[in-house]
Amino acid sequence: MLSRVADSLYWMSRSIERAEHTTRLLDVNLNLMLDESATNADRCWQRMLQALGNPEATKWTGDAYAMTESLTFDTENKASILSCIISARENSRHVREQISTEQWTRLNQLYLQVTRPDMRANLQDGAIMADSGQPTEFLQQVMEAVHQFQGVSDSTMSHGEGWQFIQIGRYIERASATALLLEAYHEDLWLHTDRIPEGNEYLEWMGLLRSATAFEAYCKVYTADITPDRILEFLLLDEEFPHSVRFSIDALQDAFESIHGDGNESRTEPLRRLVGRLQASLNYSSVDEILNGDVVAYLRSIQFQCRSIHNMIYQIYIDYSIQAALAG
Amino acid sequence: MQPAQTKQFDHATLKNYLLDDAYDEMFAGPDELHPHYKPLFDRFSSLPIDELQRRKHSAELSFLNQGITFTVYGRDDGGKEHIFPYDLVPRIITAAEWATVERGLTQRVTALNMFLRDIYNEGRILKDGIVPREMVYSCKHFRRQMVGLQVPRNVYVAICGTDLIRMENGEFVVLEDNLRVPSGVSYMLANRRVMKRIFPQLFQSYNVRPIEQYTQLLLGTLRSLAPEGRPEPNIVLLSPGVFNSAYFEHAYLARQMGIELVEGRDLVTHDNIIYMRTTSGLRRVDVIYRRVDDDFIDPMAFRGDSILGVSGLFNAYRAGNVTLANAFGTGVADDKALYAYVPSIIKYYLSEEPVLQNVKTYILTEPKARQHVLQNLDKLVIKAVGESGGYGMLIGPHSSAAQREEFAHKIQADPRNYIAQPTISFSRAPCLIGDELEPRHVDLRPYILYGDKVAIVPGGLTRVALKRGSLVVNSSQGGGSKDTWVLSQ
Repeated sequence: MLSRVADSLYWMSRSIERAEHTTRLLDVNLNLMLDESATNADRCWQRMLQALGNPEATKWTGDAYAMTESLTFDTENKASILSCIISARENSRHVREQISTEQWTRLNQLYLQVTRPDMRANLQDGAIMADSGQPTEFLQQVMEAVHQFQGVSDSTMSHGEGWQFIQIGRYIERASATALLLEAYHEDLWLHTDRIPEGNEYLEWMGLLRSATAFEAYCKVYTADITPDRILEFLLLDEEFPHSVRFSIDALQDAFESIHGDGNESRTEPLRRLVGRLQASLNYSSVDEILNGDVVAYLRSIQFQCRSIHNMIYQIYIDYSIQAALAG
Repeated sequence: MQPAQTKQFDHATLKNYLLDDAYDEMFAGPDELHPHYKPLFDRFSSLPIDELQRRKHSAELSFLNQGITFTVYGRDDGGKEHIFPYDLVPRIITAAEWATVERGLTQRVTALNMFLRDIYNEGRILKDGIVPREMVYSCKHFRRQMVGLQVPRNVYVAICGTDLIRMENGEFVVLEDNLRVPSGVSYMLANRRVMKRIFPQLFQSYNVRPIEQYTQLLLGTLRSLAPEGRPEPNIVLLSPGVFNSAYFEHAYLARQMGIELVEGRDLVTHDNIIYMRTTSGLRRVDVIYRRVDDDFIDPMAFRGDSILGVSGLFNAYRAGNVTLANAFGTGVADDKALYAYVPSIIKYYLSEEPVLQNVKTYILTEPKARQHVLQNLDKLVIKAVGESGGYGMLIGPHSSAAQREEFAHKIQADPRNYIAQPTISFSRAPCLIGDELEPRHVDLRPYILYGDKVAIVPGGLTRVALKRGSLVVNSSQGGGSKDTWVLSQ
């Protein structure tokens, strides 16, 4: 497959995953805000910004709706929902022939919906917004559209190399976003492990799980008895939950194996080593070990390894030097 | 001749079918059908109008679903896809008519390739004074980089689309040759596919010669041009990318041939060899079916501001490591002024009379011709020599005094850049316009392939000037198309 095509599919998928993540965090925090006191709200929104990597163009000014608008529609902000959807659609347009009509149509409809001028106007009027539930409705629509897109991607496109690059984009984004999300919550959850939850804290812990669509899945495993160590265990190490870091890295590994086949081993060796090491660490760590050590360092290391994997993907599949390729 | 209504065919759909002195593809006269149109006419007459509309709608839907669409950029409709206007009534060409056309096109493409080889090498035809030297060297599509270069099988033009029109007397003549990157063949294929679906019985009853083998023939042509020592050539289609209006055709042809659709940024040059960048490493490229113009194909050899091309491609080509179809510099032979010399070119190289005639063309660098043309601008068609797509044209009888004034100035300022031709009322064919059949002007663009042999699929793209009375068939100017049936007997 052409490197350019792989590149576009990868970014199409990463961008759409990122759009969904931002959307969900906004939705969860707008919802939490209804129950929070003002001081707590400051903390809550700053934490959310941290979980999104502290985008430069967006600052917390005390107005939740202004921030929602910025994170939704501000194209200066590369992490905004609109920026991500535009980028996903632009990438998909360049590989229109490689994806299915259903994928294209779904993504294009989403794009047309979010770029409609009245969409932004509705959200800009904070007063109306606060009362009408409009942002939540809008955010729900975006999440649904993204889920549909991912669904048709899985069910209408051949699971060949192109689809595997879509998987890679989705799961590398998810793994690093989840690690970053956990890092943002570190101070509140794992810094003092002996804390007894109060009413608000329980809400926040639920909020964290919801931010990773994990609340129901968590309850199925641990019941509604929510504790910080179990949250960490679930979101980091659960083998079966699709938003856990471990699940994401396993999926990444599967995709790479499918692409490599039994082909040129030496070329892909560095990549297999990187992914294998991260996978082993997640498969064979226990949550107690992690909590006894430096949690933040562990979470940062995951993000660092994801970036290294990304760079290695470029080095091997997409932006390799001609000399190296000819020598190999 | 006074417009006469087709009185005899008292059918609701023919109320506005007025004949004039243009040749009519269906009617031989007011009371008379061309015999080969009889079954078609009977079939269309037997169908109620809403049934015709239903089939038309079904055809359009089919184009949309197959993705045979184009996107108009700059229009604020969110990248909405449009289909090219498609007319339901096929255009029929008899076996005898086609035999002549085929012979004529084969002769023409052969001679034009010999001409290109000659002017880029010995230049015999220039020495012998058949074609004026300055006519060739002043052409903006002449590429001096090509001088002395050997191209595989001496094939310069591998893919050619020649525009034919039918004169008042029913004879096909050549209006222009497209020797650079002719487009539209995907419509030819798509029109046929849709036609077979919506009029299966009528189609079957006619014994129409197939055209579906085109992509296979194209692939064979490209393969036959591979550099020596490359028995399993890697053939790619080079497209300017998604923003090009013909992008869907590029994608369609690549898919039908099973070859990779690449853009300039997918290709790299190393040691005069072209590679494409794939996820499993670099892969050598042997033949490039390029749909990018000369100017944009190699920023090092041609336009430095092009981002569509591949740096070093021309050197790789010179070194014989990659074949381009078509070659560089073929545009010199479809220059509209040089066109006037094609009959002499055919006689010179093949010692044969041209089978297909040209339209009379005034070369405006000749003072006498220029004088005549300037005095008769209201009767003539003026064309800029390097333009295509129906741009840069003056159609005298439909023009305003101001427009004629403007062209008179242009001609005097740069006579080499313009030619003049008589206004030809080329043939008209029945089209479904609203609820009625009405005649519209049509041309015919057959696609000629030239590799180890000449191959022409019977038919081509019939383009229709959908505006009443209009003589401009280009899709960029409100043209549509219809299926073209060449009968096997």
